[in-house]
Amino acid sequence: MATVHVRFTFEPDLIQEPLIYQLGHEFQVVTNIRMADVDASVGWVVLELEGEPDEIERSIEWARSKGVRVDEPTLGDVVEG
Amino acid sequence: MSYAQALRCRECEREYPLEPSFFCQLCFGPLEVDYDYEAISKVMTRESVAAGPPTLWRYAPLLPCDPAYKVDPGTGYTPLRRADRLAEAIGLDTLWIKNDTVNPTWSFKDRVVSVAIARARQFGFTGIACASTGNLANSVAAHGAHAGMDTFVFIPDDLEEGKVVGSAIYSPALVMVRGSYDDVNRMCTELSHDQPWAFVNINVRPYYAEGSRTLAYEVAEQLGWRTPDHCVVPMASGSLFTKIWKGFKEFHEVGLIDEPRTRMSGAQAAGCSPISTAYAEGTLNFRPQKPDTIARSLAIGNPADGYYALKTMQDTEGGAEMATDPEIVDAVKLLAETEGIFAETAGGVTIACLKRMVESGHIRRDEETVAFITGGGLKTIEAVQGQLTEPLRVPASSDAFLEALEARRAAEAGVAVTAGGA
Repeated sequence: MATVHVRFTFEPDLIQEPLIYQLGHEFQVVTNIRMADVDASVGWVVLELEGEPDEIERSIEWARSKGVRVDEPTLGDVVEG
Repeated sequence: MSYAQALRCRECEREYPLEPSFFCQLCFGPLEVDYDYEAISKVMTRESVAAGPPTLWRYAPLLPCDPAYKVDPGTGYTPLRRADRLAEAIGLDTLWIKNDTVNPTWSFKDRVVSVAIARARQFGFTGIACASTGNLANSVAAHGAHAGMDTFVFIPDDLEEGKVVGSAIYSPALVMVRGSYDDVNRMCTELSHDQPWAFVNINVRPYYAEGSRTLAYEVAEQLGWRTPDHCVVPMASGSLFTKIWKGFKEFHEVGLIDEPRTRMSGAQAAGCSPISTAYAEGTLNFRPQKPDTIARSLAIGNPADGYYALKTMQDTEGGAEMATDPEIVDAVKLLAETEGIFAETAGGVTIACLKRMVESGHIRRDEETVAFITGGGLKTIEAVQGQLTEPLRVPASSDAFLEALEARRAAEAGVAVTAGGA
């Protein structure tokens, strides 16, 4: 089992989709919301994902395929000017 | 010794020991260094600071590392210059330029890297690393060489030759990464988990970011132990912006200045403006962007401190602006022509946004303003090449030169000069 921390950012058209619920059903991954902020224009959520490493990776790829931006939590871009 | 006493989560305020870590295990908020300000106020006076070295180490009690581990190529205590000609050109009574182009590798990144590398040495790291599109790479490479540490610099493989040379000259392990910007981000984040190196803006980020506060200390000291009415600061991750405000507040907390009432305003390029766009839309939630601007040193599409920068604007009644690429080039030229300072494109962003803020009335004419110029222009000459006045090309004859000069002046005055005229 592994634990991975991710930050999902949702564009307005995805805010009303139950994507975290779907992710938990589609994959053998336990989702645990640790921090979040959502308003009408944009939303983000920091998640702890627990499961087998390959399954977590597949679930993240699935989220990306749905249009979710997936980043490391708190870090943002590490490539600086 | 250091007066840093803990790392503290910016969200839930949970405390952690001073270790190489950067986020809260409980809520994943970012960690920030906490200091024993009471003890600092007992040892730090205006006189003790003034008697210190002409570098950022004059503020050592407020830095998160033991100065015994410092690597000091002479960073900081850069000039704060009154800019009367530029002030007049854009419509301000009093404007100051904080000129950080004169640091050892010609950018403010030397401040954050000096502090990060000192703390990394204190932790016992023998290797230092970063991922960068220019300024940070140059600074880490130079500091790593000066300290004699293993140095790893990751850069995108499409970087301009000048920026590659600016790092390669110090002989780090220079790695040109093929892939998208996001690929490079992901790869370096993974490496920071696996490798025993101090990645300056990842696993020692809380200490690294603290180096930026020295810009605020210097401005306050150089203004005669007071703060200005307004600051205009370029924003990439938003860290510099928030740390300058933190620096003013700390100087007050340790008793060196009165309570700061400075308004903090941020500057971004229109081609990478997640923070300025969120400000314009009245939200604290920025939307990540894919950068597309000549101001590559500000091209952070997913800024780690964007939320905190927006909070700082709210707290100080400041704001944010953005400038187009042509405006950035014009502003680089304006700063050079009026003040003799050649800034990189990030400086053009600052001056172009300052101009917009004065024109819109966001900054009033009578507000004493400091503009932060964070990098030198020789790093981004391609941005202005082909957009400058052509030199006079003449044979080696004084008559030919004077004739050409007269023709140029006439042309500039809008007078048509014909072959047989004048």
